[in-house]
Amino acid sequence: MPQNSSVTAAPASLEQALKLGLLEEEFEQIKSILGRSPNFNEVAMYSVMWSEHCSYKNSIKWLKTLPRDGERLLVKAGEENAGLVDIGGGLGCVFKIESHNHPSAIEPFQGAATGVGGIHRDIFTMGARPIAALNSLRFGLPDNPKTKWLVKGIVKGIGHYGNCFGVPTLAGEVYFEDCYQTNPLVNAMSVGIVKAGETVSATSYGAGNPVFIVGAATGKDGIGGASFASADITEDSAEQLPSVQVGDPFEEKKLLEACLEVIQTGAIIGMQDMGAAGITCSTSEMSAKGEHGMIIHLDRVPLRQQDMKPWEMLLSESQERMLVVVKKGQEGAVQAVFDKWDIHCVAIGEVTTEQRLKYYMQEELVADVPAQSLVLGGGAPVYERAYSEPAYFKAIQAFNPASIPIPGDLRAIAFHLAQLPNIASKRWIYEQYDSMVMTGNTQTNAPSDAAVVRIHGSEKALAVTTDCNARYVFADPFKGAMIAVAEAARNIVCSGGTPVGVTNCLNFGNPYNPEAYYQFVHAVKGMGEACRKFETPVTGGNVSFYNQGPEGPVYPTPTIGMVGVLDSMENKMTLSFQHPGDLIYLVGSAREDFNCSEYLHQLCGVTHSPAPHFELDEEHALQKTLAHLIDRGSIRSAHDVSEGGLFCCMLESAMSSGHGFNLHSPAGMRKDAFLFGEAQSRVVVSVNPDLKSLFEAEVAGTPYSLLGRVASNAEICVDGESWGYLPEWKQAYEQALEQALTA
Amino acid sequence: MKFGIIVFPGSNCDRDMEHALRDDLEQDVVMLWHKDRDLSAFDVDDCLVLPGGFSYGDYLRCGALARFSPMMEQVINFAGRGGKVLGICNGFQILCESGLLPGVLLQNDHQKFVCKNVFLKSEHTDNIIGDNVGARVLQIPVAHGEGRYHADTKTMQSLRENRQIIFRYCNQEGEVHLSSNPNGATDNIAGICNVRRNVYGMMPHPERATSEVLGNMDGRSILEAFTYMN
Repeated sequence: MPQNSSVTAAPASLEQALKLGLLEEEFEQIKSILGRSPNFNEVAMYSVMWSEHCSYKNSIKWLKTLPRDGERLLVKAGEENAGLVDIGGGLGCVFKIESHNHPSAIEPFQGAATGVGGIHRDIFTMGARPIAALNSLRFGLPDNPKTKWLVKGIVKGIGHYGNCFGVPTLAGEVYFEDCYQTNPLVNAMSVGIVKAGETVSATSYGAGNPVFIVGAATGKDGIGGASFASADITEDSAEQLPSVQVGDPFEEKKLLEACLEVIQTGAIIGMQDMGAAGITCSTSEMSAKGEHGMIIHLDRVPLRQQDMKPWEMLLSESQERMLVVVKKGQEGAVQAVFDKWDIHCVAIGEVTTEQRLKYYMQEELVADVPAQSLVLGGGAPVYERAYSEPAYFKAIQAFNPASIPIPGDLRAIAFHLAQLPNIASKRWIYEQYDSMVMTGNTQTNAPSDAAVVRIHGSEKALAVTTDCNARYVFADPFKGAMIAVAEAARNIVCSGGTPVGVTNCLNFGNPYNPEAYYQFVHAVKGMGEACRKFETPVTGGNVSFYNQGPEGPVYPTPTIGMVGVLDSMENKMTLSFQHPGDLIYLVGSAREDFNCSEYLHQLCGVTHSPAPHFELDEEHALQKTLAHLIDRGSIRSAHDVSEGGLFCCMLESAMSSGHGFNLHSPAGMRKDAFLFGEAQSRVVVSVNPDLKSLFEAEVAGTPYSLLGRVASNAEICVDGESWGYLPEWKQAYEQALEQALTA
Repeated sequence: MKFGIIVFPGSNCDRDMEHALRDDLEQDVVMLWHKDRDLSAFDVDDCLVLPGGFSYGDYLRCGALARFSPMMEQVINFAGRGGKVLGICNGFQILCESGLLPGVLLQNDHQKFVCKNVFLKSEHTDNIIGDNVGARVLQIPVAHGEGRYHADTKTMQSLRENRQIIFRYCNQEGEVHLSSNPNGATDNIAGICNVRRNVYGMMPHPERATSEVLGNMDGRSILEAFTYMN
């Protein structure tokens, strides 16, 4: 036991604290917590733990307004590394989404790869086996050379990590918009399954229990990554390259298997992965949760670089590491498992009753801080930022739809739409991901709006999706965020699932910018409203501010990751047309509304228009009707209307089956709005003609209209006019993005 | 008859193979750890499977390190005794690296990982798989970054003469074209066997196509082929 009882290093200066990203008031607060001036190690620790990335200091006030309770919720939001939802049958589902925007902006391959690695670690540190990976990506326009470089690197990074780690990447979304030119978004989500009673908590207690560091050796990579994520991206950001971590999916695969195996020994008190702020974050969060302290000997940490200083070890974000607290006397069983997998497992300290974290280097006390003072909900600061309505709202309100002439050749418009990067097939991207490993993904041979993944050893399946049309959020943060939640729920319902929970990744601009903060506040309010309506509590997630470059903030992008449950695979509904002659219906109301659509934005060049039609109650009723129709077996396919409008929706249902369709537009409505508008709360379904009267009886109460029929050949026919055959459409749709990115 | 599945560190299709064989084909399956060396429970009616994944992280070269594991020594002996061995994807790479099958698997010609359904056709019936699957076109997924089969001219000639090519990539109609080749493999080769016809390697993943739930059962006939007694 080291004997030095007071920290030795010289006090840090205010200037050093400011350089590390702390505010002067925060430096004063640290002094009052410690009752003395902090040394450099301590200031460094506070600077990362109190960064936005770890402390949520500028967002937590609003995050607390989100619904975080529900009868299925097994842990409260924010209590563990990820949300845990009861899906019945003795199984729990653990899921979370997280951003890795800034690292990916400057080192796309490693930035994206470690984003994937980090989110999977959050899942298996709780004892769950990840079974699905999703992502949500935003880039600048594809004709920009930097975009091509970013897309190639980020996609390769996601594939590299996920494919080797062996968890399928089975759903996601990709948008291209010039506001993301400097600052792309890379949000990665992982979904895992755990048996009830086999979860592990990120806690630490029991004086004398040993603390182990497990996994990769510690290097200087990623030092200060959390602080880096909490500043605007600039031209100089590339100089921060050491802030980007380097991933090793093979090490993580071994770590996964070993961690799941070691849980079975019953020797584990608590476990937490090391992500942002590495040893500092894991030791402080576990200790704070378990209301204990720790003594940590930094000189015992396995290093991959010589001569690392204490603060470098404390802040290193080297990947594939875990902190594990073990029951004293059972170290042997734990060691045996990690030995089997050839993984470092080294005791670096022990649990103490005194609720302080004491870090030693060769018997010298190099940092001594109260655990609670570092963490969110403890001593970390909480701020309320000012906000004001964005000036650009005036331009949005000024939009007049009548100013847009109705084009003569709608077929040409449709053909162009099908090839826009935001609508065209993302095949060039998703074929680089192993989407089928773990033999659970049912999308390959029967696509649906949300990805449906079976759970081996159970009748149940999960439906998972990520959604956010950020242009809608830009136009109306409150309504746009509601739409993101609604679309996620609609995708799950259209796939035959029941939505059970949400994880969110809130990508916004600089919180000190009142207009960016206005977007944040109103998006969170809208999200809360919708999540309450759909009974999908927010189980956790991540806030990413400072997403902006010299040209301004990105679109406010509150990505929704949603999980739904299918009690049986029998309930699964595909989006593909099934049989020639089937009737095609629109469930929901046709509307003369093309606000904010891809058509209006990309083809008519309107940058500012209001969010499309959306009413929460109407949407909720529509989803109830859809679930009922699927439950009664009265429809054969369901596909929700989203980007590209009704026509693109039907085109997708047709292309995935090879069956064409004919479509009749209603009189008295702008045909471009009918075909390409993106008004919400609409689903295209196909119905066996023999069940026409049953369908019409079951759908009663919800507006619906007959659109046409599934064709017996591959022809697309609109109002009696041939628009050509599917192979031509499919070739254009499938090759457009590849051509744009590789040109 | 039973199957043994070798688990290397970094294998990630070991469980998929276990599910396919045990749940879908209702076979006996034993999982074998790469550090062990006991195969005394296996005789020549049994089949050892080297599953897909990234053994040893694919460091050095795909499959290059796995061949030196204690269990692989035993697998080589087992094959020498006439025991049946099947390598899928990374397992195929290991079989080539360890000399149980000729040739190598190089990086895909487009230099990207590729995961999608492809079509395969068996050409000969005088091998275990071909005998069972016949001339039917099968739809089986591939998922690899380094699956481009390559061998020198002499080896290629002997593969043809000995009818060792078990699968070629083709289109839905069974026509073998360059356009249906997902990785640039020589002669559209998707899988081969040894001269003795007890060691088989293929890049596509039959274990991903054995279940009704996934909507594709085309992989069953490939795996079933190994369940019949000699």
